[in-house]
Amino acid sequence: MKTNRIGAWIAMAIGASYFVIPLIGTFEFSLRMRRGEYSFDAYRSVFSDMQFRETFGYSMLMALLTIVFGMLLVVPTAYWVRLRLPQMRPVVEFITLLPLVIPAIVIVFGYLRMYNSSSVLPLTGSTTGTNVLLVFSYITLSLPYMYRAVDTAMRAIDVRTLTEAAQSLGASWGTILFRCIFPNVMSGVLSGAFITLAIVMGEFTMAALLNRPAFGPYLQLVGANKAYEPSALSVIAFSITWLSMGLLNLVSRFGKSAPVKA
Amino acid sequence: MSFLTLTHIRKSFGQTQVVHDFDMAIEKGEFVSFLGPSGCGKTTVLRMIAGFETPSSGTIMINGRNQTELKPNQRNIGMVFQAYALFPNMTVRDNVAFGLKVAGAPKTEIDARVKEMLALIHLEHLADRYPYQMSGGQQQRVALARALAPKPQVLLLDEPLSALDAKIRVSLREEIRMIQQQLGITTVFVTHDQEEALSISDRIVIMNGGRADQIGTPFEIYNRPATRFVASFVGTLNLIDAKVLDPAANRIAIGDQGITLREPLGAAKAGDTVSLALRPEAGSIAADAKGDTALTGHVIASNFLGSVIRTRMKIADSVISFDTFNNPGVKPPAIGETVTLRFTAGDLLVVRE
Repeated sequence: MKTNRIGAWIAMAIGASYFVIPLIGTFEFSLRMRRGEYSFDAYRSVFSDMQFRETFGYSMLMALLTIVFGMLLVVPTAYWVRLRLPQMRPVVEFITLLPLVIPAIVIVFGYLRMYNSSSVLPLTGSTTGTNVLLVFSYITLSLPYMYRAVDTAMRAIDVRTLTEAAQSLGASWGTILFRCIFPNVMSGVLSGAFITLAIVMGEFTMAALLNRPAFGPYLQLVGANKAYEPSALSVIAFSITWLSMGLLNLVSRFGKSAPVKA
Repeated sequence: MSFLTLTHIRKSFGQTQVVHDFDMAIEKGEFVSFLGPSGCGKTTVLRMIAGFETPSSGTIMINGRNQTELKPNQRNIGMVFQAYALFPNMTVRDNVAFGLKVAGAPKTEIDARVKEMLALIHLEHLADRYPYQMSGGQQQRVALARALAPKPQVLLLDEPLSALDAKIRVSLREEIRMIQQQLGITTVFVTHDQEEALSISDRIVIMNGGRADQIGTPFEIYNRPATRFVASFVGTLNLIDAKVLDPAANRIAIGDQGITLREPLGAAKAGDTVSLALRPEAGSIAADAKGDTALTGHVIASNFLGSVIRTRMKIADSVISFDTFNNPGVKPPAIGETVTLRFTAGDLLVVRE
């Protein structure tokens, strides 16, 4: 029993070190900008760069829009498939998996062909249109993760009976979805949101080929031209993403339940 | 005119017809149970009343208004589910208030009604709890309060006690009946548990293969089963094959023992085989009994069950069980012993196939 436990801890330590050691290495390297001593010069350089703030803010906004519109698409779809079209589940799962097997570059070339300025729907003809197209493409990219996270959360509740209970009490579809179903799949929604945030913050292909000022292309630009700043940027990006996740988790935990007065 | 009327209700799923020409009229304030085995169509009929399924044909009227085409949220029907179906993200108070909030009732009215409902189920002290913090029995009582809060015209109970343990089941079914009588609400209860149905219903519908085999009071269903299925499904019953000797005189034979029945044999002809039903508790051992109210056979098993002794005796090709109260002064019949079973003329019933 005790040996098993020690073995488990060793396995966990090896697994954790696989992720943590490169991070420590990156962090350590980011502190070496000043010759012969550790300093935060690389971070100072990054934060003072106007382009960093612009691209980071832009990508955060895109991530937020992707999460909101993605969830508005995924939650009702997963709900409807579970409730009324269970036979369609394999088909929907297949569709949501497509972004994993079709390279992003293929998808974006498809978009450029379909939505260029001389097409029926010329989304790339304007900045707003291109931004909309970028959000759609991010939704597509995050679809496999979002759908699975929400679908798994829905599996944990009896969607059909809850819906029927709400219907028998006079609730409309909107009330059922937003007051009875959505709050009960919040864990899945948040998981999907975390992954989406991480995907959007690091995504390069879509943003670069649609020529939008996102954080991914900026990371690539800095990485190609500077030595220490890319490491500092990686650490910053990690910290902010993790902080966002932590905050979302905290918010969801606070919103979960009031203390019981027994 | 009846309060809830189901007329010529049929329901098919693809090629399979699960409900066949179902007719039923339920009076206001009546408690009716649909009883039957799994797959007999009882839940489908209930779901059609609720609006979750649309009948393939037929009409559903409540209080003179046709409900057949109405959506579930337009019917004002309260429903309690087997799996409780409380909203996990809401407290008990919010669950009970849900229907009233959806209906747009004023806050003062909601608060008063929630308080009233929680008092009705004796759970005022758990108003701020979440469903996961309560036992199954408590959750089902909350589900009942939630269904009753918007003052529905009909209450539907879909096997609400099936997920509970035996002790809670008995106490909760009595509570449900008490609340139903107190509020005078028309109630349809679906169950596969005959004891539940017999103990709390005004009337019982015995369903078999999508049809109502018999509709009657618990007393009628138990004592006068109309079909062989009803007889075998409700309670323990001896089904005895008998040969018709003289249909005009209601004369039949069980093995070589001739008996004249009290009830007519219907369309049976001489030589036909008919099914007779006899409850185990209807008989008693009497050495001197003979004639049309006695059957003689030999004992093949005798089981001591505490307060009663269940004896199985063989008469011709039939095996009959009968129960006698345990009497410490009287020895139970021994295996192989020849005994005579006495019953009253009305106890031996002719049942349809």
